[in-house]
Amino acid sequence: MDLAKHWRQRAARYRLEGQRNPTSGAVRFPPEPGETDWQPFALSGQGTVYSFTVVRQPPAGLAEEAPYILAMVKLAEGPMITAQLTDCDPEQITIDLPVEMVTRRLRDLGPDGLLVYGYKFRPQIS
Amino acid sequence: MMRPSKPVGIIGYGVYIPRYRIAAREISRIWADGQGGVPVDAKSVPGPDEDTITMSIEAGRSALARAGVSAAQLSAVWVGSESHPYSVKPSGTIVAEALGTTPWVSTADWEFACKAGSEALTAGMGMVGSGMAEYVLAIGADTAQGRPGDALEYTAAAGAAALLVGPAEQALASIEATCSYVQDTPDFFRRADRAYPVHGNRFTGEPAYFGQIRHAATQLMNELGTKPADYTYAVFHQPNTRFPQTVGKQLGFSPEQIAQGLLAPKIGNTYSAAALLGLCAIFDVAKPGDTIFVTSYGSGSGSDAYALRVTDAITERRKRAPLTAAYLAREKFVDYAVYAKWRGKLVME
Repeated sequence: MDLAKHWRQRAARYRLEGQRNPTSGAVRFPPEPGETDWQPFALSGQGTVYSFTVVRQPPAGLAEEAPYILAMVKLAEGPMITAQLTDCDPEQITIDLPVEMVTRRLRDLGPDGLLVYGYKFRPQIS
Repeated sequence: MMRPSKPVGIIGYGVYIPRYRIAAREISRIWADGQGGVPVDAKSVPGPDEDTITMSIEAGRSALARAGVSAAQLSAVWVGSESHPYSVKPSGTIVAEALGTTPWVSTADWEFACKAGSEALTAGMGMVGSGMAEYVLAIGADTAQGRPGDALEYTAAAGAAALLVGPAEQALASIEATCSYVQDTPDFFRRADRAYPVHGNRFTGEPAYFGQIRHAATQLMNELGTKPADYTYAVFHQPNTRFPQTVGKQLGFSPEQIAQGLLAPKIGNTYSAAALLGLCAIFDVAKPGDTIFVTSYGSGSGSDAYALRVTDAITERRKRAPLTAAYLAREKFVDYAVYAKWRGKLVME
């Protein structure tokens, strides 16, 4: 069931916690294990759409959500990440559209499996 | 009447309403040939990646943003719901982890049909009011289910509201006092491992909803020495449009007093979130000095009543997170087929 894999990634997935190098000020996401000079760093969750596509032939486990939008999001702090866009339709999305992170259900691993939660992005609400 | 020894109030608040709606007429089209009246205009529908946990997280983040306190300052994160995604595995730990509150925090999942959220609020008042905690986050959230074709299907909706309880001197609204009234009542229940609830028809209005709310609300006003005209706003649990209008009238509140907090016509019954969401919608427009009377209701059954007074802090703090109106405005309607697919009403094997 990959319990350990999902558990290990919870800070990054649930709240977009990356790492910051206190010397250089560099920010990275996803966080990488095994180095002590990078500190946990909470990313703001703000970003813009760098590119996107619509997935109509989904991998196993995502059939219920298809069609869905997969995007490369340029985060305000610099890193680029790949994530689903949610709460929107493809015709609403443009390059450079401001988006914000939300925590959503990523996968349902079956009646005896975990519910996996993590980040997606959506057009800003305000 | 219950009132903590140390005055408490709401420091921050946050709401969540899903983007999707289904019109009650669309449900009626499937099950009643479009004939007859409907109890609301539409109800909110959670998207396929949403549940009580995800909605609680977003409402909680907005409450923290408005309060201006860090997640690490919370002593408790409590989630009231009748639709916790797991039967055994707390929603609270996932919500607290996502907010960045773990590990030094109390979390718990509360359950009392539609008033699980206000239970958490009352407990939070006790924690803060006793000095055990500086800040407590009380959340009411639900993705309610109704049996296809049942009267409940027209209203069983989804939403979340989070209230951050803290010292009165920091509050955007102080909580003057509360009281709780409960009686064992077979008006509505769902047995363990059953997908849909059942309702005990003759108990639903009187003595359940109307009786419990009247007792709690009347008692609190009597003990405080207030009357309905003393309040700027009132909000009641709202399983449909008519019930809160009726109980408001029975108690002596005017339609104008309850209009701002009445969200059921547009989003249905958000269960544990309903009364608290209405309160948050009032916070969105309230002026310093306004007074608010809140009464929740949970089947089984019981009511919690609260009297609040809005402070000067409301004006600046409500700008720090999206208003309820922003969530209401992004509505997208789906048809019954999409709704049935997303809500697990199709037999797949």
